[in-house]
Amino acid sequence: MPTFNIKSPYVIGIFVLLALILTSMTVFIVPEDKQAIVVSYGKPKRVVNEYQPDVTFGQTEAGVHFRIPLVEQIAWIDKRILGVEMERQEVLSTDQLRLQVDAFARFRITDPLIMYRRIRTEERLKTQLRTILGSSLRNELGKRSFATLLSPERGQVMNNIQTALNTEANKYGAEIIDVRIKRADLPEGTPLASAYERMRSARNQEAVTIDAEGRKEAQVIRAEADAQAARIYAESYSKDADFYDFYRAMESYRTTFDNENAENGETSVILSPDNDYLRQFSGRR
Amino acid sequence: MNFVLSRQIPRKDTVFLSNHSYKRNMTKFSNVFSRYILAMAGKSPWGSDGSGGNKRGSGSGGDDSNGGPRNPWQPGGQPAGGRKSSNIEDLFKKGRNMGGGGSGGGFTGLPRRPNGKSYVPIIIAVVIVLWLVMTSFHRIALEEEGVVTQLGAYNRTVQSGLQLTLPAPFERMQKVNVQEIRTVPIGSTETSSENLVLTSDQNIIDMAYEVRWSISDPERYLFQIQDPEETIREVAESAMRAAVANFELISAIGPGRSDIEAQVRSRMQELLNQYNSGITVQGVAIKQSDPPEEVNDAFRAVNAAQQKRESYINNARAYAQQILERAEGDTAAFDKVFEQYRLAPEVTRRRMYYDTMENVLGKVDKTIVEPGGVQTYLPLPEVRQRSRPAAQPQAATGGE
Repeated sequence: MPTFNIKSPYVIGIFVLLALILTSMTVFIVPEDKQAIVVSYGKPKRVVNEYQPDVTFGQTEAGVHFRIPLVEQIAWIDKRILGVEMERQEVLSTDQLRLQVDAFARFRITDPLIMYRRIRTEERLKTQLRTILGSSLRNELGKRSFATLLSPERGQVMNNIQTALNTEANKYGAEIIDVRIKRADLPEGTPLASAYERMRSARNQEAVTIDAEGRKEAQVIRAEADAQAARIYAESYSKDADFYDFYRAMESYRTTFDNENAENGETSVILSPDNDYLRQFSGRR
Repeated sequence: MNFVLSRQIPRKDTVFLSNHSYKRNMTKFSNVFSRYILAMAGKSPWGSDGSGGNKRGSGSGGDDSNGGPRNPWQPGGQPAGGRKSSNIEDLFKKGRNMGGGGSGGGFTGLPRRPNGKSYVPIIIAVVIVLWLVMTSFHRIALEEEGVVTQLGAYNRTVQSGLQLTLPAPFERMQKVNVQEIRTVPIGSTETSSENLVLTSDQNIIDMAYEVRWSISDPERYLFQIQDPEETIREVAESAMRAAVANFELISAIGPGRSDIEAQVRSRMQELLNQYNSGITVQGVAIKQSDPPEEVNDAFRAVNAAQQKRESYINNARAYAQQILERAEGDTAAFDKVFEQYRLAPEVTRRRMYYDTMENVLGKVDKTIVEPGGVQTYLPLPEVRQRSRPAAQPQAATGGE
């Protein structure tokens, strides 16, 4: 056994170590984003760095604090804004439409002491809030029609839910900052399929309408053209109706008896000598 | 041969021995040093990381102290269980030997400086200086800002450059990139995944969009919100759904897009400000806003109908053009002729009549039948056949 020497680096080291351990037991550092509850034998005694609205960082109680070693323990509670997400669930609206809704809430623990006494951990608080959020959402949406959710009234719905949730959350020392519906969808399967069917039929209706409209417009254009043409013809031909009759007849003969044109078919003409064309043929005068 | 071998072996031994003491010192030194370093890093020197280094070091030392050459059958780096324990024992044994009953205290096995004092203070000093330098000098890049907390409490935010803080437990520096624009994608453009959103007329669209954001206030960003990215995602999703719920289907998939983007952006910013989050939403970009795959065909049918409508109208216009031109042409021709006709009606009329008849009758088969004198018998099929001999040559030959 070597002699005990107070100046030996070993001894110094051990003292330093002891001092460090003692310090770490008495001193604790509270970061900006945490609230600390000092618990003595399971009884919460005081809160350090409790959330205060409108206090800038640096002015808070974050920093070094002391405790009685072994007697006082520290329970850490988040100071930041926390989120709780409600799992997707089906809600029945007043018009008997089923909706799949998921929502989220943002909250902050404003009274860590109450929160610690009532529910102890953040996780349990979140579970609790999730349940409350679900039920207040169902209650509120059950009073509304499906269309409300797709209208500016949605904001009002959210406010109601937030108020309801906040009253509950206050009992646990938390404050709800915001509640939002993330999704409000039709459930998979029949409701979604029928919505698709509705969309499809609406599109078909539009397609058929457009088609019919096109036909109508085309018809109008044709009719207008026909009328215009008739006017042009009438204007010109009515100068001498008798001559028109003759002129048109000549033109017509030429086209109908035209053998060159295959469409006309074959033409054989059997003439009577009395025919006007053959007047000179028979030597009559 | 034998002679050469026997001469070589002792020579090798001496070399080994002279190497030995130096090497052993080095081993000691590295052992002690690594133990200190690891202790500073908060790890046990016997932990999984540190022990490997120790083993290797002491392993070679142990081999050397045996004095003989390395056992060729023993793989060098293998930390076999039995060897490990014996090596550690060796180390302690050696340590005791090195101490040699000296009065230097319990720290046996430490190499000494030439003047006989321990290296320990020097090592500690070096470590402390290193630690001071590492934790008090911070290089903050151009795009970063540094948030300094003093014993946990927010103290200051510093700009880019070389910044000084108090050493580690007293002040801490968190660097935040305030220039980088980050993106959070929501939904995807692939057909396999659909992100369905309801429109105000209760139709459904499949959306994919992206939120671009940056950190505007590093200390708020660090201390205010638990999970910023998730928060942004949720806020974006809720804002997008709320915005689309104000738009009708047709406008949501087409002309309303930029309005939706702007609305979502301002709504998100409003909410994030309400949370005091220190986040700026740079923009929202809708990458896809289409009807769902299941009804896409119906939407295409509408497009097709629109095309069809255009083509109906075009055809009608073509017809109208044609018929009007023809009317113009016909009447122009009539008018010209009529003008001449008016000058000499009788002659013109007759001339036109004969012209036409010539034209018509000149090309057709003609039969003139005198009524009364002859029994009129018309062999119509024959007339017909005669008229088109070229058209049915086969039938004609077949008939003969």
